[in-house]
Amino acid sequence: MKGILLIAGRDLRAYFDTAWGYVVTAALLLVNGLLFNAFAMGSTARYSSDVIEDFFYYSSGTVMIAAIILTMRLFAEERSQGTLVLLDTAPASDLSIVIGKYLAGMSMMAITVGLTIYMPLLVMVNGKVSVGHICSGYLGLLLLASAVVAIGTWGSSLAKTQYVAGAVAGFVVVVLLLAWLLAKVSDPPFKDVVSYLSLFDRHFQPFMRGRINTESVLFYASITFAFLFLTVRGLEGRRWK
Amino acid sequence: MIEVVGLTRYYGDLKAIDGLSFKIASNEIVGFLGLNGAGKSTTLRILAGILLPTAGVVRINGQDMFDAPIETRKKTGFLPEVPPLHKEMTARTFLHYVGRLRGVSADALPGIIEDVAKRTSVDRVLDQVIGTLSWGYQKRVGIAQAIIHNPTLVVLDEPIAGLDPKQIVEIRDVIVRLKEHCTVLVSSHILSEISQTCDRILLLHQGRIVADGSEEILTGGFQFNHKVVMTLRGPREKLDPVMNGFPSLQGWRLTEAHDDLLHVWIDLGGDHREALVKHVVDSGFGVRRIDAAEAELEQLFVHLTREGRS
Repeated sequence: MKGILLIAGRDLRAYFDTAWGYVVTAALLLVNGLLFNAFAMGSTARYSSDVIEDFFYYSSGTVMIAAIILTMRLFAEERSQGTLVLLDTAPASDLSIVIGKYLAGMSMMAITVGLTIYMPLLVMVNGKVSVGHICSGYLGLLLLASAVVAIGTWGSSLAKTQYVAGAVAGFVVVVLLLAWLLAKVSDPPFKDVVSYLSLFDRHFQPFMRGRINTESVLFYASITFAFLFLTVRGLEGRRWK
Repeated sequence: MIEVVGLTRYYGDLKAIDGLSFKIASNEIVGFLGLNGAGKSTTLRILAGILLPTAGVVRINGQDMFDAPIETRKKTGFLPEVPPLHKEMTARTFLHYVGRLRGVSADALPGIIEDVAKRTSVDRVLDQVIGTLSWGYQKRVGIAQAIIHNPTLVVLDEPIAGLDPKQIVEIRDVIVRLKEHCTVLVSSHILSEISQTCDRILLLHQGRIVADGSEEILTGGFQFNHKVVMTLRGPREKLDPVMNGFPSLQGWRLTEAHDDLLHVWIDLGGDHREALVKHVVDSGFGVRRIDAAEAELEQLFVHLTREGRS
């Protein structure tokens, strides 16, 4: 546990020791603010709940992109700079290394997502929206971020450069995003499987609308677990390469 | 005590190391010498716990490295050729992080960092950002991170690579001081470097140990091959009669000439170096330099592999 927190703490500090963390967070806030103002708020009168729903809809996109960008460096940068040796030779299990990295990425995402709270608060102050709706939406955003951070961590563990890591993670995320399209043209039982894998369409939309769906919580937890498991397996394999 | 038995490692079909077996006593500095591709780095990376072998056993103080990887990693420190440093951190915060990662208690670390910094001569730059340090200091911080947890075995892969002569002397001193606290394994492809810092040399060739002993033992009976390169100062036109006037020469040729500086390759036909130097000096030439015509490591390899010693 100590090793996990040490690794997570160092990686989290590394985001702020360089411009990387600030730039990604600022970019996410800027884009999110613009989308909120231009599309969620709109130019005509709207129900507060619709505005909040649209806010979470647009936020899901920026969160996924930010998660890929923030996690692509986790292992790939250490590998390219030769500092992965420090973890390879440390008396820490591969599992604790992976969880430490994941927690760093997740903490950074939580900070970034948390900074968007002023937008729903503005709607809350000026309109009528339930706290439950906002909490549900943020839970969805964090679960979605968790899944993408796990995918990004896995991508980063495979690649030699962070750009390749980002491309690998981006590809997997796009495939999972488009799963609903494939489900539309598939027959059961394949249709059900593919539909279940849809990262956004089936699982995120309930959170946007203020509903906490247990199946979706389990889905995001499963994706997180599966990709962290693959990352640990991949790291174990490197000692044989 | 470090004990390596039958260590073998394949990369696909390529056998990088082939049944290496050796022992290293406590507080001994052992040099791992070999040409590029001899298997030095693979062996060192296995000893550091980064790679697993295809076969073989490594024991550190009797504990099998592959049965208890986490425990034995606490007993080893490793410096790869390029030091693994988080360059955005100061040396102190970096050493604190690595120390904690290797299981040193937070309370003890400040004192340990000061001590390790003195031993590696980085105490003056502890609060500087690593990225702003010279390559020599970065190497020393790299050594400091390898010993921060007081390991039993310290593995240094090409620790002098890329250093200037002054830095080489400083790092050499640091390495020699390490043996007061631990066993040290140093790799290099430069015989003179290894021989100046190490108590014992393991000579690796094509994944096998072809010689094991001190420099004197390895070079004992090693016949100088009688080919030298001399740098002389004197007039070019006088060189032919002088060289041809030395009776035992098997052959010679002028390889390079700059003004009155002449580089001459010579086959002495026997170990007549002193006589040749006297003859040349008596003839009015200055002797700037005399070297073996082949690198000494190459000669040693040729000698050891030809003699079939292992």
